[in-house]
Amino acid sequence: MSLLKAIEAGDASLLPSRRDEAWRYSDLRAALRAIPDASPSAATPTTTAPLAAVKADHEILVLNGRPSQAAFRAKAGAPQVLRLRIFAHADHTLHQGAVAIDLDAGADLTLIETYEGQGADYVSDIALAITVGAGARMERIVLVDEPADAISISGSQIDLEPGARLYQSVVTAGARLQRHETQVRHPGGGADVRLDGLYLLSGKRHADLTTVLTHAAPDGTTRQLTKGVVRDAARGVFQGRILVEEGADRTDARMGHHALLLNDGAEVDAKPELEIYADEVSCAHGNTVGSLDDQALFYMRARGLPEHEAKALLMQAFVGEVGERIEHPGAREAVAAWVAAKLESLA
Amino acid sequence: MTMLSIDNLHVSIGDKAIIKGLSLQVPAGEVHAIMGPNGAGKSTLSYTLAGRAGYDVTEGSAALDGEDLLTLEPNERAAKGVFLSFQYPLEIPGVPTLTFIRAALNAQRKARGEAEVSAPAFLKLAREASNKLKIDFDMLKRPLNVGFSGGEKKRMEILQMAILSPRLLILDETDSGLDIDALRIVSEGVNAMRAPDRAMLVITHYQRLLDYIKPDRVHVLAGGRIVASGGPELAHELERSGYDQYAMAPA
Repeated sequence: MSLLKAIEAGDASLLPSRRDEAWRYSDLRAALRAIPDASPSAATPTTTAPLAAVKADHEILVLNGRPSQAAFRAKAGAPQVLRLRIFAHADHTLHQGAVAIDLDAGADLTLIETYEGQGADYVSDIALAITVGAGARMERIVLVDEPADAISISGSQIDLEPGARLYQSVVTAGARLQRHETQVRHPGGGADVRLDGLYLLSGKRHADLTTVLTHAAPDGTTRQLTKGVVRDAARGVFQGRILVEEGADRTDARMGHHALLLNDGAEVDAKPELEIYADEVSCAHGNTVGSLDDQALFYMRARGLPEHEAKALLMQAFVGEVGERIEHPGAREAVAAWVAAKLESLA
Repeated sequence: MTMLSIDNLHVSIGDKAIIKGLSLQVPAGEVHAIMGPNGAGKSTLSYTLAGRAGYDVTEGSAALDGEDLLTLEPNERAAKGVFLSFQYPLEIPGVPTLTFIRAALNAQRKARGEAEVSAPAFLKLAREASNKLKIDFDMLKRPLNVGFSGGEKKRMEILQMAILSPRLLILDETDSGLDIDALRIVSEGVNAMRAPDRAMLVITHYQRLLDYIKPDRVHVLAGGRIVASGGPELAHELERSGYDQYAMAPA
């Protein structure tokens, strides 16, 4: 079942639910009893965007699903930065939007993709179609900073040409139900992918980071690292699937997911999947869920750090690696600042 | 003047009474050794003074410079000048040693209403302290204690002690896991901290450490109480006759 079909038919019973394996931990049907009315158009936001410190060469603003520009093409040449600012200003309504981004062969694009909103209880559904040409490089930095009662769904389909590089980092604070899904067609042939994620959740927030990556031909590499910190009654979901198709020999893929639960009642659902039908493949995955080390906390406090600061430092040490893998210096710094502030509130 | 004053201290872990009426006075400028058999309550005493959760004080008091310690949080005690050198220093993955020590120093200074130490001033301090303890400065860029040997971890404890400059030093089995060279370096580091306005509590099972760190007084802890006190000669006597003579001491 899909969100799109349900909306077209105006029938909430067609929404994806826990009976659909891909939506098992993010039950949209349970969250949404009826299909809401369509969101009206919205005025240009006067607030600053998340990651505003990152200088961009171009900006696409998506207001209640309506993009200022439906397609963007990056040509080969000097590296450029595109800001894709997805903004909702709606109460109890629903909107959908789609944007296409194409990188020509040899292009170099940093995409700063942010999700935010004002209002109450809205549903935002965004679809991105991305192509990365031969030898082109895309670094995609996503920050989801939605209100606690929003439903925020984002799905992207990414097609790569041989020799392309895709480096993605998704950082999220969740929402009432928030899902960021990435589907990647990996052509091998020296193409290289990094798919990272970080969720920092409190209250009743829910974040779902889902990736489905298909190695379709030989000699491709993928690295994936997702980390999370979950407090209160929040829930983090990681679904990472790497499929190595028949003939995609000499694929090298690594996946890691590690989460910290700060209290009883916090929840993490992890579903790492490696499915391999090729030869001479090197694949590995690791998955851990734990809590802050009480002994380490006492040691740090005995040296003078207040509990709050000691916790923040331990959490920072735990998640820091994800942000450090961001290559764009300005984005790395802006994400680090956002993460530090968020951890401060979780500690 | 008495710096550390412990009076009739009783400590339980869960339902089990470990320390049963311990009294001890350590004047400023002095080094006191606490010796005792395994299970006597030596580590319980050090953790209680540092404020570890789960160590319940059921009776008695402990004060630093006349101020009650037991109601304070561990970090507040540290800011007052209490430093416990752990028998088994913890590994803190992902936190570079320098970052950790600077955060601790500045947190203590902040709690005392003092200005933070700037990064350059801190680096100078850390460089001097590491030279004295023969610690390779590059090691301080690595996560604290992660993958360090037992001797390196103990040296890191002394380094932190030197930089944080506490008033009351509690050394919990600092000699355990040290070879003779490491023991000498660590002891020199501790001896360099002797000062008229500083007191030390050296907790040890063996007399060996006291050849390097000469105590002013030696106390024997057995069955949760101080059962004998004397001068440095008491340590040598224990080395000869062992702790058996105290095993029957009434608890």
